[in-house]
Amino acid sequence: MTPINLTPADLAIASSLVLLCAVLSLILSLRVHRALLLAAVRMVVQLLLVGFVLRIVFQLSNPWVTLLVAAVMAGAATYEVGARQEHRLPAPWQFVTGGGATVLATVTITVLALTTALRPEPWYNSREALPLTGIILGNVMNAVSLSLDTFFNTIRRERAAIEARLALGSSRYGALRDVSAQAVRTALIPTINVMSAAGVITMPGIMTGQLLAGMDPVGAAKYQILLMFLIVGGNCLGAFAAVYFSIFRLTDHRDRLRLDLLRTR
Amino acid sequence: MLLEINGLTGTPGGPFRLEVDAGECVVISGPSGIGKSLLLRMIADLDENEGSVLLSGASRNAMPAPQWRRQVTYVAAESGWWAANVREHMHPAQSALPFLSQLGLGEQLLDASVSQLSTGERQRLALIRAVIRKPRVLLLDEPTSALDEKTVLRVEALLKDLMASGTGIVMVTHNEQQAHRMATRRYHMTSGQLTEISA
Repeated sequence: MTPINLTPADLAIASSLVLLCAVLSLILSLRVHRALLLAAVRMVVQLLLVGFVLRIVFQLSNPWVTLLVAAVMAGAATYEVGARQEHRLPAPWQFVTGGGATVLATVTITVLALTTALRPEPWYNSREALPLTGIILGNVMNAVSLSLDTFFNTIRRERAAIEARLALGSSRYGALRDVSAQAVRTALIPTINVMSAAGVITMPGIMTGQLLAGMDPVGAAKYQILLMFLIVGGNCLGAFAAVYFSIFRLTDHRDRLRLDLLRTR
Repeated sequence: MLLEINGLTGTPGGPFRLEVDAGECVVISGPSGIGKSLLLRMIADLDENEGSVLLSGASRNAMPAPQWRRQVTYVAAESGWWAANVREHMHPAQSALPFLSQLGLGEQLLDASVSQLSTGERQRLALIRAVIRKPRVLLLDEPTSALDEKTVLRVEALLKDLMASGTGIVMVTHNEQQAHRMATRRYHMTSGQLTEISA
């Protein structure tokens, strides 16, 4: 295997594309140049920092350090899930529904993968555990975020319909069945799209990376298939958990709809 | 006594005391925004509240809320619909047919799309939707506000049939003539309390 080593000059040439976009935005007054440049700088700083941190973490090869890094990643994901919601539960429930569901699904799937399919030696080998956690976490975070956004918006819009069902004697789970199904479906659509298009329309990121790094294409495909299964499992689990935590929080023991507990920013 | 409410308190104030016998129609009137709808919602246990509410002596808190609401059913002033077609809201759909004709609605409305219904059609269908589930008490929030005079009388005839078969009704209305025609007992609601007035 011959990994590609990029020089600063290589990156500089590619970065001119971002500058070009920013210039176009200025000329056409699209007003995205500031956000674009800021995000690009953030991305560069974050990735380089992660590169250096991981280099140290890999050398240390200590389970506690690996767990600490995973915990920091989970904390950041929890914050991001909450930050994108138009409507949300007051703290601490905002973090329990969003972050709790994300972490629950990620830990379940990661542990499952590390103890069955991947089995690195030792199990806490951070070179395998951390990238895997990152991929699952990023995907689950999106799924949870989408499911919560859909759930909160739909439950507000459909309030009269939900209360009509409650008034006629439905339980809270019966009255919210359609809303929860809609939320989970919305959360899973991107994953289903990615799976259907995998290999034909797009080459998934991990497979691309492994091909560029010189891995056998069939081996890379198998690895990507495993990852897609893990991601689907994680997204499904995360979306369901987020929706059911929210139902639990937005209804009460007398099967009432408690939208008074939902905050709008 | 069919429905016995004592010391009911919540957002609209209280404590409220109210009794409804089988076959009775209790009419509640009062200024807009005073909390008449909220009072009905509290009786149906749709909003947080405290107090004693009994149905034929059985305490509301001793049974699951959905079971309570199947017997003491609230029909909101503005109806909500959860499926695309009318039929999907009617269980069983066949039992809606006699009520459709009694309220001057065609049978084909059963297969109509909810989004194409007029306000008046929705109001009557929401009432039918509740009635076919055979509740023992109906909590009606301005049940005829969108209807012309002739249709109002049809709805009232249906409600009187229900009363004759032992259903209790608590009705909120702004229509003074309707209150006169329907009420076996009348209450006036002012901020946080009910006062009995002569029917």
